Amino acid sequence: MIADIPVTSVRSLDEAYAVLARRAAGLRVLAGGTDLMVQIQARVGLERIGHILDIWKVSELRHVTLDGGTLRVGALATYTDLLRSEAVRAALPALAQVAREVGAWAIQNRGTLGGNVCNASPAGDTLPILIAAGATFVVGGPRGERRIAAEEFFVAYRKTALAADELLLRAELPALAPGERLVYRKVGTRRAQSISRASLAVRARVEAGAFRGVRIAAGCVAPVPLRCRATEAALEGGGPGAAAFAAARAALDGEIRPIDDLRATAAYRRRVAGNVLEQLLAAF
Amino acid sequence: MSATLELSLTVNGETRTATVAPLARLLDVLREAFGLTGTKEGCGEGECGACSVILDGELVNACLVPASQAQGAVVTTVEGLAARDGTPSPLQQAFLECGGAQCGICTPGMLVAGQRFLDGGAPATDAAVREAIAGNLCRCTGYAKIVDSIQRAAATPSPPPGERAGVRGPGDR
Repeated sequence: MIADIPVTSVRSLDEAYAVLARRAAGLRVLAGGTDLMVQIQARVGLERIGHILDIWKVSELRHVTLDGGTLRVGALATYTDLLRSEAVRAALPALAQVAREVGAWAIQNRGTLGGNVCNASPAGDTLPILIAAGATFVVGGPRGERRIAAEEFFVAYRKTALAADELLLRAELPALAPGERLVYRKVGTRRAQSISRASLAVRARVEAGAFRGVRIAAGCVAPVPLRCRATEAALEGGGPGAAAFAAARAALDGEIRPIDDLRATAAYRRRVAGNVLEQLLAAF
Repeated sequence: MSATLELSLTVNGETRTATVAPLARLLDVLREAFGLTGTKEGCGEGECGACSVILDGELVNACLVPASQAQGAVVTTVEGLAARDGTPSPLQQAFLECGGAQCGICTPGMLVAGQRFLDGGAPATDAAVREAIAGNLCRCTGYAKIVDSIQRAAATPSPPPGERAGVRGPGDR
């Protein structure tokens, strides 16, 4: 019964860590509720929820700052926080773009970056951007803090590298250097508030006619948000152009593993991912 | 075992209390504990906006807010839009004049989302209004008249603060 689930609402990390240290069976962390409240209401996995740790009002996790070329985004920064942030617009404008596309206002006001990361859906809108950006996640708990590269955080379908007594604290992202770009596109059924069918993010710069520092990640085309290393390798050091883009598209097709589901077919996702890749590369 | 929460919050300018489950949805608290049935349940999963309310100045879906997170909050529902004497707000008047309501199920959410847009003070261009109500679905598809209504209200002087039953949300977006 939903009414039987105990909730501990905390206001500081110390209080949260004290709850985590007790290792209650079936502990789930609640942030803005845009995913978990839907799952609870639909009774998805309800029997596995023994206790809710409500961290929504832990204000020390709600921040967005740019300092010395590093953008730090607290786990409880909402999409509204991201799209209003001058630091995000200066350091990584794609993160403001995705925040504006992730849902409508009511979702942007409650959904958090940390929730998107920890829910770990292969369709999570921010995840390709975080991976392509080269984000590092800082996680913490009663045993201390550690750092995990974004592409190593998503270990299997909806499974993360977080231990049972750990919280995501923040993402740290290297700001774009002069000449660098990070471009992103999500394909859904409508512009506002739709779950994506395929999404792709590309970070790179073109130096003396050659791609450098290429990082590419894709959503909805594998059990996890996927760093596309073969596609990166196909582009790195070569020049932009139709032949290079075709080679990159072939590499992408070889490393993604889309499935048929109720939202799209695998064949559709393959074609869209390739089209979006070529479209994004043409922007360089 | 039953988890309970002594909930206290401000709804449309009045302090309200209830003993509820901490994961009870704000939507159910408003409708069942407080009898404020203007807020509707549509999809129950944050897609349709029928349950839109303003929580501490920001638009939210009341179906996704657990009671534990509404503790001490300031909430405006559709019942809080009219003046205390029952006079419709400029936005409600505009919905009446422009035919902004058809079957009515989306209307409370549209009014609340529209009011939050007006409170922000941004110019009421077509694109801006449509973005503001992008999370509110009208299955009669009467969007054109809803947009007209919000734009007409934007061109109408607002009542001074304090005359509306609800509490004005702050700031721009």
